[in-house]
Amino acid sequence: MSYNGTAIVAMTGKNCVAIAADKRLGQQFLTVDMDFQKIFPITKKTYVGLPGLATDVQTLYKSNMYRLNEQRDIEPKAFAHMVSSTLYEKRFGPYYIEPIVAGLDKNNNPYICGMDLLGCMDVAHDFIVAGSADENLKGMCENLWEADLEPEDLFETISQALLNAVDRDALSGWGGVVHIITPNEVITRHLKARMD
Amino acid sequence: MDKSILAEIVGDSNTGFKFDNALRNESLTSNGTGAPKATKTGTTIVGLIFKDGVVLGADTRATAGSIVADKNCAKIHYITPNIYCCGAGTAADTEFTTNIISSNLALHQMNSGREPRVATAMTFLKQYLFRYQGHVSAALVLGGVDSTGPHLYTVYPHGSTDKLPFVTMGSGSLAAMATFESKFKPNMERQEAIDLVQEAIESGIFNDLGSGSNVDVCVITKGKVDYLRNYAKPNERISKLKSYKFARGTTGILKESIHKFDIVVESDAMDVV
Repeated sequence: MSYNGTAIVAMTGKNCVAIAADKRLGQQFLTVDMDFQKIFPITKKTYVGLPGLATDVQTLYKSNMYRLNEQRDIEPKAFAHMVSSTLYEKRFGPYYIEPIVAGLDKNNNPYICGMDLLGCMDVAHDFIVAGSADENLKGMCENLWEADLEPEDLFETISQALLNAVDRDALSGWGGVVHIITPNEVITRHLKARMD
Repeated sequence: MDKSILAEIVGDSNTGFKFDNALRNESLTSNGTGAPKATKTGTTIVGLIFKDGVVLGADTRATAGSIVADKNCAKIHYITPNIYCCGAGTAADTEFTTNIISSNLALHQMNSGREPRVATAMTFLKQYLFRYQGHVSAALVLGGVDSTGPHLYTVYPHGSTDKLPFVTMGSGSLAAMATFESKFKPNMERQEAIDLVQEAIESGIFNDLGSGSNVDVCVITKGKVDYLRNYAKPNERISKLKSYKFARGTTGILKESIHKFDIVVESDAMDVV
């Protein structure tokens, strides 16, 4: 978690969800990349955030895409269970990843789910955080989140939670990206952030 | 550990746990990158036998170190329609262990054509846990009603079991057992039993730091289960007096892209003449 540095957060709103991440890839205190992808689209309305060891971020993403070779979309809940099982299979030699699944199900109900590195799921009605800045994010979200935010308000809330959390974590930050998933569209915004 | 020795122990089996990352993780740890903390359930879980069946109880706090990872998790797991199980220990282990045993009992039921017995569930669990020599850290309270009446067991991570009229487990077990020891009596009425379970869990919630939030209760009687999720909520969050909503446009944006979904007009293909 602290080798490469990450901050990922997901939040629910009114008929929408948002998932946001920082962009830094580091090797401890050396910054290697300032535009590293940590959130991946799975279906139109389901995204997964993979915070943790960067090598496992890419391995886990590829192995999951391989398994998803069906001719139909997967529901966020089913996808979360699939990731969870993938992780628990390696109970005694785990991937260093704490995935976050965020999406809208077929009835456009928000679904967000976090996991620990062994695959224990935490389905939340409010927000999920993970990464080296997880404690900062938890504090921010616990304060800023409120129920039934409209997509544009949810964007401000999740962005401010992320930006202020990473500013107090040396290992994450260097830009941020937010995806707001609504029934009709996905809005992706790259945030203006401190670059130190 | 030498790779060949590890391969010899673990084998090339395609089933069960995989150890591919074990060596890498070992070297990462020696280089100073430790594993992230797994979610544990500090936990107070209890169970008791009353006149008509079994009452199970649990708190709803999950922790990662001293951080509260989940404020309202469910620790009473489904095993079969007549058997439920409370779990303490590493959260992933309790979740997956109860799930595997639940599947095995469903198969067992189809094979034997009989309703599974609590003793069978207990035996499956202890054999599974003993096989992993305590490395699967699940401490369980198993309860249910079958053709031979109500039964209540505790199952420890190494595979040992107890069969008692009232049991507690987890870090809050001492607080809960103090309540049971002073107030338990055999053949209680239903509501009396639920009240005692609630009191035991609440003593764990308030006196043990590893336990917290709400009380879950599960009442199992002959042919009926009442899963009372969040039966008591002694720690409800006080709602914020003011909103922290930001004015739209607060956050600076560098780049924006909008992916609109195709609006598919619903039509029946069979309508085409």
